[in-house]
Amino acid sequence: MSVFDQQSTRKPPISQIGAVLWLRTNLFSSWINSALTLASLYLLYIMIPPLLDWMIFNASFSFGTVNLFGFDIKFSEAMATNQNCGREGACWPYIYEKLYMYTYGFYPRTETWRPNIVFGLTALLFVIVPLVKHYKHKNRVTLSLIILYPLVSYVLIAGGFGILMPVSTDQWGGLLLTLIIASVGIIVSFPIGVLLALGRQSNLKVIKLFSTLFIEFIRAVPLITILFMASFVLPLFLESGNYFDKLLRALIGIALFQAAYFAEVVRGGLQAIPRGQYEAADAIGLSYFQKNVLIILPQALKISIPNIVGSSISLFKDTTLVLIIGLFDMLAMVNLTSNDPYWLGRETEGFVFVTIVMWAILYTMSRYSRKLELRFNTENTN
Amino acid sequence: MSTEKANIIEISKLNKWYGDFHALKNIDLNVKEGEIIVVCGPSGSGKSTLIRCVNFLEKFQEGSILVSGTELTDDAQKIRKIRSEVAMVFQHFNLFPHLTIVDNLTLAPIWVHNETKQEARDKALKLLDRVGIRDQAEKYPNQLSGGQQQRVAIARSLCTSPKIMLFDEPTSALDPEMISEVLDVMVELAKEGITMICVTHEMGFARKVANRIIFMDDGQIVEENDPENFFNHAESDRLQLFLDQILTH
Repeated sequence: MSVFDQQSTRKPPISQIGAVLWLRTNLFSSWINSALTLASLYLLYIMIPPLLDWMIFNASFSFGTVNLFGFDIKFSEAMATNQNCGREGACWPYIYEKLYMYTYGFYPRTETWRPNIVFGLTALLFVIVPLVKHYKHKNRVTLSLIILYPLVSYVLIAGGFGILMPVSTDQWGGLLLTLIIASVGIIVSFPIGVLLALGRQSNLKVIKLFSTLFIEFIRAVPLITILFMASFVLPLFLESGNYFDKLLRALIGIALFQAAYFAEVVRGGLQAIPRGQYEAADAIGLSYFQKNVLIILPQALKISIPNIVGSSISLFKDTTLVLIIGLFDMLAMVNLTSNDPYWLGRETEGFVFVTIVMWAILYTMSRYSRKLELRFNTENTN
Repeated sequence: MSTEKANIIEISKLNKWYGDFHALKNIDLNVKEGEIIVVCGPSGSGKSTLIRCVNFLEKFQEGSILVSGTELTDDAQKIRKIRSEVAMVFQHFNLFPHLTIVDNLTLAPIWVHNETKQEARDKALKLLDRVGIRDQAEKYPNQLSGGQQQRVAIARSLCTSPKIMLFDEPTSALDPEMISEVLDVMVELAKEGITMICVTHEMGFARKVANRIIFMDDGQIVEENDPENFFNHAESDRLQLFLDQILTH
């Protein structure tokens, strides 16, 4: 028989911690990894300096005098023209001049405050919702926001009702339109998608068949086709008096399209829920509706968050397709304004700008998804 | 068992198939109020299937089951009524991982039995106290050990004050040192006069609390006896073989 002394605890050897270790394990762990690291560094070396030259060092920032929140900020004596912006650098004054078109499309200049309030409300929403998290009546607050926010936004942007000047949907455009299409598309399609996913799992054969057919039909057709159908084919079937708005038709098409994708994403989540959860919910006497709302969906949706957001990001990018049915979203506005004879040859600036704006919005969305995942994670809280 | 007590469960001529596989063959079983029945047998013998038929988690093709005089049929209302009287404890606990322990317990009382949140919560905490884990009430299931989770599951099934408790191998997924904490709770329950059907291989438990032990093999009830005779005077060879296999260690 042997008895062993207790061992003392030591720090790890110095070569196994800190920056040296990080470099060694992540960048130079093998000769092939080292080669890739060096190749990447070289690629960055040949790409970054010219990009910076174009965007910043050789670019023109002669905006003239800019009025920002009531303060006049003087960048230069006069705003640069296409001629005195050099060809070797970006001409940012061009973006500044077209910024209104990029943001609001053909929205009347006198009414800009209305979309601005909606932008402000949207930002406020993201501040308020986390704040009321611990408030007693948070469900009531959230519910009223869900009902009020779209209503108020619609009244503000569309006008009418005898109070505000009506602005028809042909005049909506730019980032405003992009955001409207994307958010309405996502918000309307989500509940439909959840119902379709449940329908596809249903024991009721008719519902199951209908859901499956709908999902498979929509998923087998490109979004462009659906937009065309909604925009040009659908009116052929309607009596001439029943004309309804082009934007509305596009929104319905997009919502149905996205619903099919959400349905498949949610179905993936539903299938990941162990059978025991269904059985336990049944065994304690919950109804079908209670079982899904209280037990199954919270877990299934939580698992699906990354895919739901991924699918939403795809939709956001797909909104640029509305150009083909004559709606002018942000990208379409960039295309349109690049035909301005006074600013010929400046479309690059426009596309770079759209890229940056799109990236900022979508990257924020994907970060937000990560945050949601962490917040709802109760599985590994040890 | 005193003879004047009524049958709370009456199973007659029960037959069930999974596809072509004949899983339960002509099962007849009556359980009296307050009776403790232990069901054992080799795996695949149909014991879990049998008790899962009692709360209609499994559908059966022939025969009938009466629970407190109500016959089990496809009628959703009836099934919900029966499920509110028959509670089940699962092998893998099946707690709801997205809810805290106390929310797991209050779910059925609030949504099925229309109790107020406060009533349900008070009762839940009392039950947690009874199974010895009141201090874990605000944690999530995955923060608890297996034994603790199973005790929560038992408390959850008690929350609706059921008349009948079904246990489907409640200790088979547990580490050995956690089995006794769950069995202790079950023994306490047995003493309180609730009707229990337990599928288990814990023969010590069976000997201690069971009124009757049922041995199943190949989808049928092979032998049924009181614990004393069950362990000491097995009549069929199959039971003797089974007992030899599980009692040698």
